[in-house]
Order: sequence, then structure tokens, then C-alpha cells
Amino acid sequence: MSALPEAPTAPRSEGDATEAAVDADGPPPANAEASRPGIGVGGWIAASWLIFVVAVAFLAPLLPFDSPTARGSGPRLPLFTDGHILGTDSSQRDVLARLVFGARASLIVGFGAVAIGMVVGGSLGLIAGFRRGKVDTALSSLFDILLAFPQLVLALSLVTFLRPPASSDASAPDTGASLTSIQILVIAIGIVAIPLLARITRATTLSWSQREFVLAARAQGAKGGRIMIREVLPNVLPAMFSIALLSVGIAIIAEGGLSLLGVGVEPPDPSWGNMITENRNVRSAPLNALFTPIIALFLTVMALNYLGDAIRRKFDVRESAL
Amino acid sequence: MSTATSDLTATGAGHDEEPLLVVEDLSTTFSTGGADIRAVEQVDLSLERGRTLGIVGESGSGKSVLSRSIMGLVPKYATRTGSVRFDGREMIDADTDVLREVWGAEMAMVFQDPMTALNPVQRIGHQIMESIKEHLDYSKTQRQETAIALLRSVGIPEPERRLKQYPQELSGGMRQRVVIAIALACGPGLLFADEPTTALDVTVQAQILDLLETQQRERNMAVVLVTHDLGVVATRADEIAVMYAGRIVEQAPTEVLFREMRHPYTEALLKSIPRLDLPSHTRLAAIGGRPPDLMHPPAGCRFASRCDYAQDRCREEEPPLSGGDERDSEGHLYRCWYPVGISRPQTTVDTVVEETHVRSPDDPQVSEALDGSASDRHGTSSRDGDAPASAAEDA
Repeated sequence: MSALPEAPTAPRSEGDATEAAVDADGPPPANAEASRPGIGVGGWIAASWLIFVVAVAFLAPLLPFDSPTARGSGPRLPLFTDGHILGTDSSQRDVLARLVFGARASLIVGFGAVAIGMVVGGSLGLIAGFRRGKVDTALSSLFDILLAFPQLVLALSLVTFLRPPASSDASAPDTGASLTSIQILVIAIGIVAIPLLARITRATTLSWSQREFVLAARAQGAKGGRIMIREVLPNVLPAMFSIALLSVGIAIIAEGGLSLLGVGVEPPDPSWGNMITENRNVRSAPLNALFTPIIALFLTVMALNYLGDAIRRKFDVRESAL
Repeated sequence: MSTATSDLTATGAGHDEEPLLVVEDLSTTFSTGGADIRAVEQVDLSLERGRTLGIVGESGSGKSVLSRSIMGLVPKYATRTGSVRFDGREMIDADTDVLREVWGAEMAMVFQDPMTALNPVQRIGHQIMESIKEHLDYSKTQRQETAIALLRSVGIPEPERRLKQYPQELSGGMRQRVVIAIALACGPGLLFADEPTTALDVTVQAQILDLLETQQRERNMAVVLVTHDLGVVATRADEIAVMYAGRIVEQAPTEVLFREMRHPYTEALLKSIPRLDLPSHTRLAAIGGRPPDLMHPPAGCRFASRCDYAQDRCREEEPPLSGGDERDSEGHLYRCWYPVGISRPQTTVDTVVEETHVRSPDDPQVSEALDGSASDRHGTSSRDGDAPASAAEDA
């Protein structure tokens, strides 16, 4: 490089000026920003519904609802009865109150299980994808073994295993020390979710870890763990977030499925799943009690899926814009 | 800029005789499931502070692996043998913790593609300050000031604003400047530039190379410039090493190399550069065939199958990297039995008949007849009395 005698530093600024000008002429970043789609109207509707459901479920004890387990007397009330806007079910319990407290149970199971799956599965997947080699082989085999079990059977046996033996014969005594049925469901569905989420995290991590900036960080002397957390993880998170939302929907449905098998949230406490289950066999079909949780479940799961997809699309665009 | 150039001169006076970087007999082997891939073999190099070494070769010649092997940035399944002495310290068997101290602080690398070498979800400021944080004991304000000074020194306007931007908000040239700023952050004594301009617009390429040169002069850095383009190193490197199939095939000070290239591969590389002074529609001289399979390298010279001048000996015995002919300049080494401009290869019986045809290489039919595989490289043999290529048979 000594071939050139005196390349004074002054002309550099000139070159920069031209390049800056080229920058301004080219596709300006501001444009890219504007054309990047948001989550769309549908996304906002989905988000609003979810916020509404979560808020109501969260604030349920503070709101003036009837007790979800208090049995009334007299005939079953139809929809739009004064004081029981959604009527009562065959046991004369207020359907709205059960719906709201059921939302609470379903959402706790959904988000709780996914939180466990994300934290455990996500970390294991991140480590497997980043470290590769033997660590990856060991962890991936573990995921594969867990995935080899039919998921419903796995969840069912986990619930049975975790459930305190007392509760299987007696009718749901709240033994203080042992886990409540909701906690058991969170753990069981969470464990089932671990290998699924771990595999997805691993795949995403693998592709990001091979990017040159990871090597560049290494070439600058960054430690492995630091690269994993500071360089790779922030890139993996957006994808994980959208998958987490989809998984919450699946977990809520899983609770419904387990209720159908009699191992969901234990009656008389409501969840959307056991509300559907306990009303499905009644000859005199109390349609209000059967269909309101179905509609709530449907809308919520759809909103979760839609929002998850919208978020994934949003981040996909950003990746391809690179 | 003085803030970032930290402890470059901290080394003792004992190493005065030895250059900053001395590479001896360096080989890098990748163990795959089957045969090993010998990506770099028996490389000897040395580089002084403030000097530039150009490593040239086609894709897959091992030039990038060589620079990464010197740095130690190779995957776990790669084995390195030989010796790499940097600033008097042996790096080949150094612990990762030791290497991490050196990486970024004393040796740094500028990567090829600024689109992928920057983390899309981290702000530029963060990415620059990250390695300063790792290596230098600076306060947050000092780090910030250093980052701004670095961005300014690599010619980025409004550096304060850029710190808060994300890579995708900048153009390719600007991003490569950021990549360079990151590499320079801790004032390394040795900078590897791995095809630093390949991914960039032609108009930006020269700017980036000029920038590297300015920074090198200001910081008295040694630079290893890896490229596939002889034109890039021609004016910017002090010395050039041409790589082919994992080996250095020719090595010389830049002027010497361009004045008297000895290896047919170097010659062919130079011929493959399009020239403005040729009439339009002149066919570009390409090098036919493909580089050999590094899992099963051929016996003899590795370029033999593609060489226009290959003889039987070339296919049997591998030439050593040597020079020493009286017509060679000091420090000119090459791996060829019949170097360009020195040997007139023996004409074998087979080729005597065709000798006359070789003398008229402009006739495309003749040279196609001579070399069935290479319809795209007729008219390339320029030496009198050379045997015609028999690449087709070997390829």
C-alpha cells in the first residue's frame, strides 16, 4: 500500500459527500420503514380482543360477577335474563361468571404452559443450535424421544402422575401443599411443549449462528456465551414470540382436550374446556352454556393465531429487506 | 484517533528482528466424515508492521481459510499444524482464552459482506462499543467518544446519529465502513481484510480500499488483503502470494510479480482480467476446468490439469516452492517445474507434430482441436515452443 505516495486525507470528505449523495438518491431507509407492513387492521382487532379477554380474566375477582360455582335455585335461565345476561347452566350457575373465570383458568394454562416451554425448551434449543456438536446431538435426541410419545397421551400420563392420589377418589379436596389442578396442567402441557419449542428454537438458532456477524463477533474477541445471548438470541426472539402466541392457542385447546378426558381443570371450577365438556351431554342442551365457551375459545385461539402470523410476517419482511 | 490506538507498542524490543507475523509450514485440514480436506498446506509467510500482503486466488483456493487459520478462527473440526508467530508469540496451540484476548485487540478481520457481517438487531453504536468494552478499560462516555471518533475516521458523516441506527438503515458502502470501524476499534496491529470489496458496488470499492490504506498508514498496521482480483492488490500490496488449491504457488514483491510472473496460474489469472484497451468483443481468457478435489489432491503439480504448459513431470512430481534462478529477483518463489520466462519445456514426440499449429494460436479451430474442453480459451498460449495443453485428458 506504500505504492501511492501521498493520498492526503482531505479528499476523503469529498468522496464521502458523493457517497452520501448516492445514499440519498438510492432507496431511502425512511421509505423502507414506511412500506414495512404493520400488523394490519386484523392484527389490531385480534390484539384488542386478546387484551380485552386478558384484562377481564385478570380483573375478574374485582368485577361484579356472581360466583362461578354458586348454584342457584329454580329453573335454568335463558340468555339475556336480567342479572344473568348469558343465562345459567343446568346447575343454575351464572354462565357469564363461569365464562370469565373459565377464561382465567384457560389463559393461565395457555400462557403458563407456553412460558415453561419457552424458557426450558427455548434455552435448550438455543444451546443446542449454538453449540452444535455433541451437545446438539444429546439435546436433539432428548427432544426426539419426547416427541415420539403421542402428545395427548404424554400430557395425560403427566397429569395422572402429578395429580395427588387423594383427589382421584375424593371430589377435589384442596390439599394446601400439593399442586392445584391448574398448576398440574401448566406443568404437564408445558413439558409437552418443551421439545416442540426447543426444536423450532434450535432450527432458528442454527441459521442465525451461521451468519457472518457471529463469526465477526468472535473475531472481535467476544465470548461464546455472550455471542449466544447478545448476538444470536435477539435475532431468534421475534420468531419465537410469534410461535409462542400460536402455541398459547394450542395449549388452551389442549386443556380443553384434557377436560374432555376428565383430567382438565377440576370441576366445579370452570375452564372453557370443562364448561364445554360438562354441557355437551345434557339432553336438554343448554345451548348458552355450551356455545358461549366454544365461541370464546374459537375467537381467542383465532386471535392468537392471527396475531402470531401477523407478527411473523412483520419480522420476515424485515429479514428479507436485509 | 489516539484513543483507540492503545498498546500497539507495548511489546518488548526483543522482537525487533522478527516480523510482526511469521507463518511457517501452516496446514489446515478439515475432518469430514470421509476423507480429510486439506484446505491449506505448507504455507510460509511473514509480514512486517505497516506492510500489506495480498493473498490472491480463485474461489476455493483456500485464501479465506488461510487468513482464518492464521487468526485461529477455524471451526472445531479443523486441525492446524505448523507455526504462527504473532508479535513473538506462538499462536497455533494457544488457548481460546488467550486467542480471545488477541482477537479484536491485536488482530482483527474485515469481512466480505457488510450485509451479513453486522447484526441486524443491534444498533451500530452497540456493535462498535462491544469489543471496546471487551478489551479496553473505558468508561461509557469514553467508549461512546471512541465510537464516534472511529465512525468519523472511516468517513461516516453525522457519526453521533449513526450510533443509534440499525445496519439496514445504511447503504452497503457505509456498512462496510462500519465493519472497518469495528475491526479498528481496539487498534489492532494486524488487520485481515477478507475480500473487503467483493460485495460492494464498483464505485464504492476504490473508496473502501483507499480508506483501508489511509487507516493502515495512520496506525502503522500490517494488512493481509485477501482477494480474487489481482487488480485490487496490484497497487495496494507490498507483497503478493498467489494461492491455488490450498498452496501458495507464487510469492513475490508486487512489482517483481507483475514484471516477471513465473507460474502459469498467475499468468492465467492476469489474463482473465478484462482489459479496456482490447477491442470490443475480444473473448475473455478464462481458465478452463476446475480446481482439483482437495479430498483427493492429484499427484504432481495441482495446476497441471488446467495448465497450458503441463508436461509429464508436472503430473507426477510436485514442484517445491522455490526460486533462485539467476533471472529471478530476490524473494521471488514459485511452484513450477517449467516457469514462465525461464524454462523452455522439452518437446515430447507427440507434440512435435502439432508444434506448428501451436504457433498459430489465433486460429480458433486449431486450438480447439488441440484442447477439446477449452473452446473458451483459445489464443492463450503465448510462449514459443511450448507444448500444447492436454487439460482435457486429465480433467
